[in-house]
Amino acid sequence: MLAVRNLEVVYNDVILVLRGVSLDVADGKIVALLGANGAGKTTLLRAISGLLDVHDGEVTKGSVTLDGEPIHRHNPAKIVRLGVKQVLEGRRIFAELSVDENLRTGAHTNAKHVRENLDRVYSLFPVLKERHKGTAGYLSGGEQQMLAMGRALMSNPRYLLLDEPSLGLAPLLVQQVRDLIVEINKQGTTVLLVEQNATMALSVAEHGYVMETGKIVMDRPAKELLDDSDIREFYLGLGAEGTAKSFRDVKHYKRRKRWLS
Amino acid sequence: MKELLSSTLAGLGQGSVYALLALGFVIIYKSMRVISFAQPALMLAGAVLVSYLVGPFGFIIAVILGVVGIALLGLGLERTVIRPMVGKPVFVVAIITLGIDIALRVVINGFIGTDVRQVGDPWGFSRVSLLGVTVQERYIAMFLTTAVVITVLFAFFKYTRLGLATRAASYDQETALAQGISVSTVFAMAWAIAGGLAAIAGTFVATGVGVDQQLWIIALKALPAIILGGLDSLGGAVVGGLTIGVVESLIATYQSDFAPWLGDNFSVVSPYVVMLLVLLVKPYGLFGTKEVERV
Repeated sequence: MLAVRNLEVVYNDVILVLRGVSLDVADGKIVALLGANGAGKTTLLRAISGLLDVHDGEVTKGSVTLDGEPIHRHNPAKIVRLGVKQVLEGRRIFAELSVDENLRTGAHTNAKHVRENLDRVYSLFPVLKERHKGTAGYLSGGEQQMLAMGRALMSNPRYLLLDEPSLGLAPLLVQQVRDLIVEINKQGTTVLLVEQNATMALSVAEHGYVMETGKIVMDRPAKELLDDSDIREFYLGLGAEGTAKSFRDVKHYKRRKRWLS
Repeated sequence: MKELLSSTLAGLGQGSVYALLALGFVIIYKSMRVISFAQPALMLAGAVLVSYLVGPFGFIIAVILGVVGIALLGLGLERTVIRPMVGKPVFVVAIITLGIDIALRVVINGFIGTDVRQVGDPWGFSRVSLLGVTVQERYIAMFLTTAVVITVLFAFFKYTRLGLATRAASYDQETALAQGISVSTVFAMAWAIAGGLAAIAGTFVATGVGVDQQLWIIALKALPAIILGGLDSLGGAVVGGLTIGVVESLIATYQSDFAPWLGDNFSVVSPYVVMLLVLLVKPYGLFGTKEVERV
């Protein structure tokens, strides 16, 4: 199990971004992490995958543990070897390399099983197989997202941390990505899914966390979150229809206060 | 005609040395986005090391040991001096490499002394006739060795796991880290390769003429070569190096006949003139990567 306990992260020695975050990712599940921009979702993922250093960030308190062993002091390469892999926000494929080479970089820590993993990725993403010799930078946005996910799967990770896989994709492609996440999960990879698209995330996840300004403010099974009136209003854009709206209701922050206090 | 051919061949030989040096610059630039001005010192160190080893071990083994030695020196410099500066502005790192260059050369000069040291190569100034064209053997040796080295290097970057990791890290460090690639290994390797290449180049520059304290100036001709080829292109570095070598050689042969008013030794500055002309027409060099972008 991947567990985060009371995690505090500081950027540039002064900016406190995570303020005591705790979260559990149980094996075999899909866990969704929701939150507005700037809530600290990406920072949490960086803390887990060891990429804080690049951004001058540091874990000052708390811990990230994998099966009880702390991993938040390890370097990213070691964490990848332990089976935790992050797909960065915005795809971040190596545009100048070919699709094939992109996938092989993903297998850097698992060079022995390149063939099997390549077959697996190509069967998950047949589009990539068609264009495996092509320059990755010329793929469409959806294909690039699949390439980024496929590249992460090349080391056959136990835990996949997905940072906004639906970013900038058309609704139909979002559905496709969602189905792929379910498929990847079925094949035995645990997924921690960070999303702005709450409907999509909660429709596949079993458990959901909601973050706001560096704290976890809700921690419920996904079904309950989908029915929660605050979540429906703030994240799903589904207000209570038919009821008269007064300006008092529009002041979101007043109602948010309820869970921040 | 024969004069033209032999001049071109000599140019290709000399140019392949520039290409080796230019490759060192480009490999470091690609991995760290920094131009390392320590290359001249590494080249000089290589030549001097070989000149000391050639006595007990013979030329071939001395060169191999020299390459390994200077690669380790490059590695050591990266670990001790450059590594703490990662993340600092590129300009700062570039100036530090300049400092390394000067400091290193002062130390090396102590080993050279006032004499000219010989690297004990088997070629000297002896000539051979190829299809009626006379050319110095050492130029042929330079060209062939460089061809082999470059082939190995390109195969390394294209096919090996570490080579691929280097290319990935040079494109996007954070993403490379997220794939489990150790970027610090990539940096260290870049410096080691650049050191090894500089050592080979230094040895070849010193063939025939020997090593003196001014040998390092030749390494500066790699700068026009890389700018000609485009800073981040390995192929460009090779083409740039060869072009500079040939141009220099042809001008040395023909300038006194066709443009005597330019004075003596115009060939020495000709690489820089070529560089200026290319920059006027193609500011990113001949082979600088055009960004891959969907339209």
